[in-house]
Amino acid sequence: MSADALGVPGGVPGLGAGGGTEWETVVGLEVHAELATETKLFSASRNRFGGEPNTHIDPVSLGLPGSLPVLNQKAVELAIRVGLALNCRIQRSVFARKNYFYPDMPKDFQISQYDQPINVEGWLELPTGKRVGIERAHLEEDTGKTVHVGGAGRIHEAGYSLVDYNRAGVPLVEIVGRPELRSAEEARQYVAELRAILVAVGASDGKMEEGSLRVDCNVSVRPMGSDRLGTRCEIKNVNSLRSLGRAIEYEARRQIDQLTTGRPVEQQTRHWDEHAGRTHALRSKEEDYDYRYFPEPDLLPLDPSPAWVEEIRQGLPPLPRDRRLRLAKAVPSADAGHIALAVERSLDDLALAAIGGGGAPERVMTHVVHNLADGAGMLAAEALAGLVQMEEAQKLTATQAKKVLAVLAGKGGSPEQAAQQLGFEAMDAGELEALVDSLTAEHAEEWSRFCEGDAKLTGFFVGQVMKATRGRADGKAVTELLNARRR
Amino acid sequence: MGQQRITRAECAHVAALARLELTDEELERFTGQLDELLDHVAEVEALDVEGLSATMHPLAIANVLRPDVPGAVLDREEVLAAAPLVEDGQFRVPPVLGEAP
Repeated sequence: MSADALGVPGGVPGLGAGGGTEWETVVGLEVHAELATETKLFSASRNRFGGEPNTHIDPVSLGLPGSLPVLNQKAVELAIRVGLALNCRIQRSVFARKNYFYPDMPKDFQISQYDQPINVEGWLELPTGKRVGIERAHLEEDTGKTVHVGGAGRIHEAGYSLVDYNRAGVPLVEIVGRPELRSAEEARQYVAELRAILVAVGASDGKMEEGSLRVDCNVSVRPMGSDRLGTRCEIKNVNSLRSLGRAIEYEARRQIDQLTTGRPVEQQTRHWDEHAGRTHALRSKEEDYDYRYFPEPDLLPLDPSPAWVEEIRQGLPPLPRDRRLRLAKAVPSADAGHIALAVERSLDDLALAAIGGGGAPERVMTHVVHNLADGAGMLAAEALAGLVQMEEAQKLTATQAKKVLAVLAGKGGSPEQAAQQLGFEAMDAGELEALVDSLTAEHAEEWSRFCEGDAKLTGFFVGQVMKATRGRADGKAVTELLNARRR
Repeated sequence: MGQQRITRAECAHVAALARLELTDEELERFTGQLDELLDHVAEVEALDVEGLSATMHPLAIANVLRPDVPGAVLDREEVLAAAPLVEDGQFRVPPVLGEAP
């Protein structure tokens, strides 16, 4: 039976085919983030995504004989920023060679950090308040890119491979989280939060689709209440938050299916197939390479002075968690998800400034959450505050305000000007009353049905008013007038 | 020489990791040589190093850094001219099986 056929609910796999046993999913994530430097970790060719293959190459990234690596100061600074933002201890570190034969690394080893990584023992707080342990966040170089050609794109039938070394030597931090996540949803939250932190501190652009943020998931399951970890599988090729959730849910169900039908879970590396919605085995961990790590003789230890670390700490911007707290304080009634969304869109500073400038907090949040999905553009905080004030004074309806906002985001300016250009003259209360009276007289039949309690006709009359005013009227005000006039 | 510190099988494993093909005679010889090396390592290990920190590098300096400034790159055509096989501006290599380790 396939795991899918079990129909186990996603997220919290409950009942497997064995029935009765409650299962808990355990997830630990390793996240590779490319650092936003100008150049590579150990050489001066550019760190750029895309571009013509093999145009950002130099003797070091090609592993040519006699070439020597020299460490990029900016990469170290960004790694320390990441470490500080993840509440790590920053320590003296040593680079090591991870030896393996594979054409993505022409020198036949990757320079990484092994037993003495730069950042250790930190934690990350999820928006729910749960803290997830960070074991380490170390520096290493990225590998080149191999493309498989032939065999209908299937790796195992490939005719040959092509290699592009533009990415070889690009600086990475590998952030190793403890296996403390308990569902696909928590894993998604973790990666979203980590990405927000990396972007906030300027360490990475956080683009999963371009591979600048790559996630390997270690997934295992165990009976609820057990304190022993089950055998884990490592899932690779997860390229979006959505596939992360799907891959973990699929893998947990697969493992529960194995266990409840008496087959042990084998420790494996598995590949997530986004199209098929399943994972499949790549190779058994037993055959795993013996990397024979040893200290890199061509690089000296890295020992950032406390003064340098402190200087970097002072330069850190407010982190997403602090920004959420700050915004939540300014808009106490707001939903936590909306607060998180505003910070994710980097609209929190704008919102706070608009509130500070006299905009009603709830209305400001409404615009930020619902009407500024593509960012604020040219919208100034004073303009947002002014717009909200016009709404409060009933000079603009919600629909009109939305249109004015789009103009402000597109080309800036003041809300008064934009409203005028759009022809949104505020309707006089008397004018509106007169119009309602004339419409109720004109549609006497509908009016009497409305008065008898047919609520559906509210919409009819509001529609008539909107038609007559070409949308200038405030629907809420019309409804109030109608109800007040009901006989 | 004391007890044997490395077996023939371990020596063969290490050779395989380094992609070395050894004859039976070579395997025998190198196992013996590695065993002698490990004897020497054991002598060093026996020393009292209490209170001493490990030397990771013979030079007593740290933090040799370079500024993040782009520099010269190699010319692609020149580099590719040295490769046995080339296609679409890339190095063409035998099929890579499975995932990068």
